[in-house]
Amino acid sequence: MKENAPRRDEQGAGRSRLGRSAGALVLGSVAMLALSFASVPLYRAFCAATGFGGTTQVAKAAPAKPGERRLGVRFDANVARDLPWRFEPETSRVVARTGETTTVYYKVVNLSDRETIGVAAYNVSPDQAGAYFNKLACFCFSEQKLGPHETAEWPVVFFLDPALESDETMSRVEEVTLSYTFFPGKGAPKAASAEGTKPRS
Amino acid sequence: MDAISTAEAGAHHGHPTGLRRYLFSTNHKDIGTLYLILAVVGGLIGFLMSMAIRAELAHPGIQVFPGLAALLQGTDPTSIDAGKNLYNVFITAHGVLMIFFFVMPALMGGFANWFVPIMIGAPDMAFPRLNNISFWLLAAALVLLVLSAFAEGAPGSLGFGGGWVFYPPLSSNTGHPGPAMDYVILSLHLAGASSILGSINFITTIFNMRAPGMTLHKMPLFAWGMLVTAFLLVLTLPVLAGAITMLLTDRNFGTTFYDPSGGGDPILFQHLFWFFGHPEVYVLILPAFGIISHIVSTFSKKPVFGYLGMAYAMVSIGFLGCIVWAHHMYTVGLSLNAQRYFVFATMVIAVPTGIKVFSWIATMWGGSISFRAPMIWAIGFIFVFTLGGVTGVVLANASIDRQLHETYYVVAHFHYTMSLGAVFGIFAAFYYWFPKMTGYMYSETLAKAHFVLLFVGINLVFFPQHFLGLAGMPRRYIDYPDAFALWNYWSSVGASIAAVSVLLFFYTVAEAFWRKRAAGANPWGVGATTLEWTLSSPPPFHQFEVLPRISGSGHQ
Repeated sequence: MKENAPRRDEQGAGRSRLGRSAGALVLGSVAMLALSFASVPLYRAFCAATGFGGTTQVAKAAPAKPGERRLGVRFDANVARDLPWRFEPETSRVVARTGETTTVYYKVVNLSDRETIGVAAYNVSPDQAGAYFNKLACFCFSEQKLGPHETAEWPVVFFLDPALESDETMSRVEEVTLSYTFFPGKGAPKAASAEGTKPRS
Repeated sequence: MDAISTAEAGAHHGHPTGLRRYLFSTNHKDIGTLYLILAVVGGLIGFLMSMAIRAELAHPGIQVFPGLAALLQGTDPTSIDAGKNLYNVFITAHGVLMIFFFVMPALMGGFANWFVPIMIGAPDMAFPRLNNISFWLLAAALVLLVLSAFAEGAPGSLGFGGGWVFYPPLSSNTGHPGPAMDYVILSLHLAGASSILGSINFITTIFNMRAPGMTLHKMPLFAWGMLVTAFLLVLTLPVLAGAITMLLTDRNFGTTFYDPSGGGDPILFQHLFWFFGHPEVYVLILPAFGIISHIVSTFSKKPVFGYLGMAYAMVSIGFLGCIVWAHHMYTVGLSLNAQRYFVFATMVIAVPTGIKVFSWIATMWGGSISFRAPMIWAIGFIFVFTLGGVTGVVLANASIDRQLHETYYVVAHFHYTMSLGAVFGIFAAFYYWFPKMTGYMYSETLAKAHFVLLFVGINLVFFPQHFLGLAGMPRRYIDYPDAFALWNYWSSVGASIAAVSVLLFFYTVAEAFWRKRAAGANPWGVGATTLEWTLSSPPPFHQFEVLPRISGSGHQ
């Protein structure tokens, strides 16, 4: 670029001015690149905070006062093709009163002769119910390990937030479906598994 | 190439000649010429692919592609699956080639490199060597893309056939475990880097190197269009780079950005892709907007109607273009409120676009119009682009899009805006600036015949596709039920007319170089007021040894 510098100086646009413009633009590009990667944790945090897209909420304690409405809650269980498990809810549907804590069990069997690890992806439908579906305990919070032909029953403890009664978009929702899909886990299960995920038997 | 004269060059120092002049060029006009040549190569390959596609779709059944696959990829000529795979590879490569290796190099690399510095009164681009790097990165990207067609993609087949949008899981290890997709990703990385560097160069040039007296509000509209385009690229191409890098690591290094089994989500790719992809369609059309404004003004012998409105319409189209991406994804299960927002925001774009169309018409209104070839092409552009814009407003409705998503209606819509719109813009620019770039005048009759053939041909290709789409014909398939045969046949007839027009175009160019009719500094008369017409044709190797001074309150 040196050979062009004198011409540019004649024009009053020194190299430092060009450099500043270019530097700012490079910075802008890099920022957008960083933002594209940051979109993954940002979106996850956004969904966890708002229940967007049917993301269930995690609660520490059940609400003090139960609400008025009763909604059907259906349970759906799936296993990815490459995980040799049988996985199903003990009951396919319950009726839950808002604010009332409900516990349901899922039965799971490792059909293979080796130890296997699974991790569950989950959400609820319809989407807008995610913000009101609170889990107190769930096997889906961490990876699960099953020994050869091991059988287990895993609890899900949840309640429907009474606040849904004042949400217009929930007024015509009579039934909420909670869905799990188990995929093969990538690594060893985390040392400290969430409370309430210990097998009952 | 000899025709591009080096008159008046080398006043200060010698410059390389022959092959070295182009390989190592730091001259914006030479690099512009290289980009135009690359665009012709890329466009020609993409065009031949579309001809193969239309030949296949001329009649129901699978006739052309199994043989073509045998010819190109050495597969068994009776293998229907190899034919289907090659069809998918062709529609994918056709899209990528036309966008990244035809329209962008022609409008941004070619015409903008040639004329943005001249129009703003600058001696060259701000970073001439960077300009050279941008070009050769794009050339390397084209090589990688072509190579991908000969690497394994889906198991047992060659090339990547997942569509130009590269949605996982079809583009991840699930659909295309072979290295073909990796070639495509790396090709896009290079093409993206090339465009980002080029855009940084343009913005720096436009902000810092305008001639004394040329304020931003006196700057020619083509430079405005390029400024907005360059900003769009700087802000959105890194997002595409991020999206395809995640895809690359998903494919090769075990990450799970798009893999639900590891907590990822394939929809993330669609969001990131379209955050780039929608602004990209404005990247393709905004430079053409600027060019059309100059041509309409030149041949109406009037200043552009509503200059500031035209400039800021482009700025607002650029801004709105960045916040409407999910209208490509109405069917992925967006919440109702998200759909409401994207429908509304998308429709708002019709307002600045309408300002532009009406301002072009108002520029012509009461003007002393001479219907020279560039003007005919510009009017053709306004017609087809408006038609494509109207179907765009239709598709902006989430409710209607549910019926039309991934049908030929969408194909017709975006080809009307891009295949007809951007391409008519390119040809309008070509016939407008060809005398300036080469010093030779083409045959007016041939240029007009080229227009008539392409206009009739390409409208016959794409107008019936509206009917096919409304009738429910899905895109991206090699075959279709007999019920769709009639309009597909006529669409293919139109394609063969367009093919004749392409041959005529090459003849027109060859004839101009052969006859060597001198064009003179300004062949267009009093209407041509921008700075390039004050220079000789072709311009000197280094222009504006003494910078022009812009005085008065008028804009360009």
